[in-house]
Amino acid sequence: MAHSTQPIRPIHFILGGSAFALLLLLTLGTVIALWWHAETSVALTPSDWSIIQFTIVQALASASISILIAIPTARALSRRNFRGRQFILTIMGAPFILPSIVAILGILAVWGRSGYISDLMANFGVGPINIYGFGGVVLAHVFFNIPLATRIFLQGWSAIPIEHFRLSAQLGINTAGITRHLERPMLHAAVPGAFLLIFLLCVSSFTVALALGGGPKATTIELAIYQALRFDFNLAKASQLAMIQFALCVILGGLTILLSKPIHFSQGLDRKVERWDAREIQYRIFDVFILTIVCLFLFLPLYSVFIRGIIPLFTLPSTVWVAALNSITVALLSAIISVAMALTMSALIIRMAHKYQTTSQAMEIVSFLTLAASPFVIGTGLFVITFPFISPFTIALPVTALVNAAMSLPFSLRMILPAMIRAESHNGRLADSLGMQTWTRFYIAIWPRLRRPVGFSAGLAAALSMGDLGVITLFAPPDVATLPLIMYHMMSSYQLEAAAGVALLLVSLSLALFWIFDKGGRLEHNLR
Amino acid sequence: MNKLTILAAGLTLALAIPAHAQDLPKLTVYTYDSFVSDWGPGPSIEKAFEATCECDLDLVGAGDGAALLTRLQLEGTRTEADIALGLDTNLIARANATGLFTNYANRPERLDVPITWTDDTFLPYDWGYFAFVYDNTKISNVPNNFEALIAMPDDFKIVIQDPRSSTPGLGLLLWVKEAYGDRAPEIWAGLAPKILTVTAGWSEAYGMFTDGEADMVLSYTTSPAYHIIAEGDETKSAAKFDEGHYMQIEVAAKLASTDQPKLADQFLEFMTSNEFQSIIPTTNWMYPAVIPTNGLPKGFEKLITPSKSLIISADKAQMVRDEALAEWLTALSQ
Amino acid sequence: MSITLDSIKLSHGEFTLTADFKIKEGQKVALLGPSGGGKSTLLSTIAGFKTPDMGRILYNEIDITNMPPAKRPIALLFQEHNLFPHLSVEKNIALGINTTLRLSALDIKVVKDALYRVGLDGQGHKMPSELSGGQQQRVALARCLLRKQPILCLDEPFAALGPALKREMLDLVNEIIDSTKATLLMVTHQPEDASYITDQTVLVADGKAHSPIETTKLLANPPIALAQYLGT
Repeated sequence: MAHSTQPIRPIHFILGGSAFALLLLLTLGTVIALWWHAETSVALTPSDWSIIQFTIVQALASASISILIAIPTARALSRRNFRGRQFILTIMGAPFILPSIVAILGILAVWGRSGYISDLMANFGVGPINIYGFGGVVLAHVFFNIPLATRIFLQGWSAIPIEHFRLSAQLGINTAGITRHLERPMLHAAVPGAFLLIFLLCVSSFTVALALGGGPKATTIELAIYQALRFDFNLAKASQLAMIQFALCVILGGLTILLSKPIHFSQGLDRKVERWDAREIQYRIFDVFILTIVCLFLFLPLYSVFIRGIIPLFTLPSTVWVAALNSITVALLSAIISVAMALTMSALIIRMAHKYQTTSQAMEIVSFLTLAASPFVIGTGLFVITFPFISPFTIALPVTALVNAAMSLPFSLRMILPAMIRAESHNGRLADSLGMQTWTRFYIAIWPRLRRPVGFSAGLAAALSMGDLGVITLFAPPDVATLPLIMYHMMSSYQLEAAAGVALLLVSLSLALFWIFDKGGRLEHNLR
Repeated sequence: MNKLTILAAGLTLALAIPAHAQDLPKLTVYTYDSFVSDWGPGPSIEKAFEATCECDLDLVGAGDGAALLTRLQLEGTRTEADIALGLDTNLIARANATGLFTNYANRPERLDVPITWTDDTFLPYDWGYFAFVYDNTKISNVPNNFEALIAMPDDFKIVIQDPRSSTPGLGLLLWVKEAYGDRAPEIWAGLAPKILTVTAGWSEAYGMFTDGEADMVLSYTTSPAYHIIAEGDETKSAAKFDEGHYMQIEVAAKLASTDQPKLADQFLEFMTSNEFQSIIPTTNWMYPAVIPTNGLPKGFEKLITPSKSLIISADKAQMVRDEALAEWLTALSQ
Repeated sequence: MSITLDSIKLSHGEFTLTADFKIKEGQKVALLGPSGGGKSTLLSTIAGFKTPDMGRILYNEIDITNMPPAKRPIALLFQEHNLFPHLSVEKNIALGINTTLRLSALDIKVVKDALYRVGLDGQGHKMPSELSGGQQQRVALARCLLRKQPILCLDEPFAALGPALKREMLDLVNEIIDSTKATLLMVTHQPEDASYITDQTVLVADGKAHSPIETTKLLANPPIALAQYLGT
């Protein structure tokens, strides 16, 4: 980590510190608020333990399989240049941002008893496949997370200096050698972080696990928290389970920080592929094979969302479009807050790393807390905290934006922090030698290097926020709806076709937002 | 600069709260999401009530019935709600225990729910029967009770909901318990291989059913009414079980902390009036608590009518529920 | 080995670069010119990392325009990132002999000799991150030595080093060239480097890579483009 000789100015403490404080409030604070509010305390029952066990095991399996598939996929994408490569990369963002219920039905459209695959198998006289069970849960999680893992590894590939590839080409290092000398060290650095990130995402899975898991054995901690709050009003149990999820997160988040090196956002994914290895036919076939399989796996469910939704899309009531506007507003707010928090926190971490190594590492771990924090606990806790003072309706949209921003913060931070470190190390000293002060220094010396990761993070935060159905339900004022809320209303009122239309609209808007921000980050930034 | 303009516009939109008429008294009703939605009773009810009450009616969606109660418990006596509409009989005990509710003023002259209604605090507005819904063009051999369902071949699949996170799920749990008592574990063990999966909410399950994933889904006897009336689709039917069907009676109550007691009582009266009740069948897709003067809409006569109406009384429901849940978990976790 | 560029035209950023000249076997040639002129791109093309839009490249009169980089008889040294960070100095050098790193006893001795030649005796076990920039470039040079290729290409490899160290490195290069009789192509934007070890210079400026001219003559009497660049 670059040791910045920059002094820690009050502004860094104020901005970065508030961001951290906010994060701690949203995560630990809400759990404690809930605990405080609870009247009884409970012990962990055996069924709680089996829930915890199931949660961990499925997350381990899902993360492992996601990574195993993502590696060859990323390798194939990194060494082949073909038309549509960028398109695939953008669409790959879709599974991650799909709302659960849309994803469940989409996956079942392909893998269900009456899905495409079963229909195909029926032609051979074989019975329908039944994925309900542990396999179904893992399948769904892998569906959600392969794109993320692939993108992380692809990032890793693009961070390898081009000279190493040229050198390898020059020295005649064959494909196996490139795997050994270039890929493996990169993966050593990237896999632990990716694994733990996906693990945490799978730990906090909610209704997907139950719906595809076949029965109550497939209950995750998150679902148990929801049930405790709803079925029994058992705040103590809810906060207890939330604490356990935290503990998991802190331990594993700590391991991430210690084990892995963050990947630098150097040349971006769209630079021209310059590779001279893997020209032989067997590698080409393999790459085509793996890319085809993975694309089919990811795109078929998306295709079903499209097919179902395209006709209803044109007959949606006007309230949907108003809701869309609300959703977009919240998403934009979310994106801004997320990026702002990541920037201020990064600035503080970098400056503290020089003298307070452990503290800055602890700060990085804190940023992971929102990954395993239960949205229900956050929402309920916030509710409990704010309700005595202010009506929830008036703060609904800002609160939703805030919580969504916090939820996407782990991703933003992991993109922005390394980029800022590099920017500091490359341009920091120059800026200092020229006597640039805080804002100019940031804008001229640091910002240009941050545009890409900021663009990507903002896009991701906006897209994630669009699909959120967590906090808004608790704070939703009477006349203001967001797209997921309207979709949910439709689904509860037998309006399944209209809901499919809204789902398609939601996914399209999310992807569009993501694409716009990502593209914006890649544009030329020349101060003429 | 463009980004800033968008941001400014967005913020204005976000923070703009629809201006409510300042001079009319406000009645806030907490209810469940499907009531409030544009396809539910909400909009019509609001218009109808506001026409006569000289007030401003605010319908707030708070999740489903149980989530609604949770929300009220979180808010406590500070709640802005004047009325809670959307609890069912299984929640009455818990609701009573909170001490947040108070008796309604005027008993309606007549209630058309299948049981004698004695509760002074909670007033029914609609009710229904739980039932398994199937596609009558695909299934010809329809089971007519739970044991017949168990006897179906193993590739006959049903999808149900988790009782802890879904009201119909809880309904099914109590249905089996009430119909079979001590034999409930045996029934669940028999049903287990037929259960394709358990979903958290009704929507996922019903969606799976309409997609053809499962042969039957746990829903209401009135679900086919939606398809018949709104879609002209007669392919969905409910299976009539001879043990009888468990009822869901949905109720509303006045909050003790209300600042508009007279208005609240007026609303509760309105709730059992013909105007409100005639909106219910084709928006909430349940039976009205008071049959409208024009009778039930055409199409409702095609629905099955159970021979027996099962229900566990509000005070016993909580206890029975916990025991039934334990049995359910055991049977399904094999 | 002689290198011929026959009517080469390649894209460099926004403009095209043309080249049409021959370098004779054993010559030491500098590619000199202002930054952004296309020197590195030209070198990359000769090495096989970029394909020219038009024209042919010949080694010893054999057309190698479509030959992959690995097959070309070149040893290349970049400005940085010449070493794999996870391999020790020894292993990095050994890649020049055998990319699978399965070394015989003889190979190991050869590596040690090369280390000695570049003045890093006994440092074989170190990791690249433990060496200074100059030392890293020496390791890379050692590897070039081992490869015994008839053409040695350097792409401003010593730009980041101080003047004394740079001259040491250039001396080393000279030694290596003299013992292996290789053809040298060195990209630089410093005329002093060019005059220090090269006898011919290709001026790369204004979209053209000119034919090689004797270095001393070129610098004594620079054409306008070069004069502007040199400030004379």
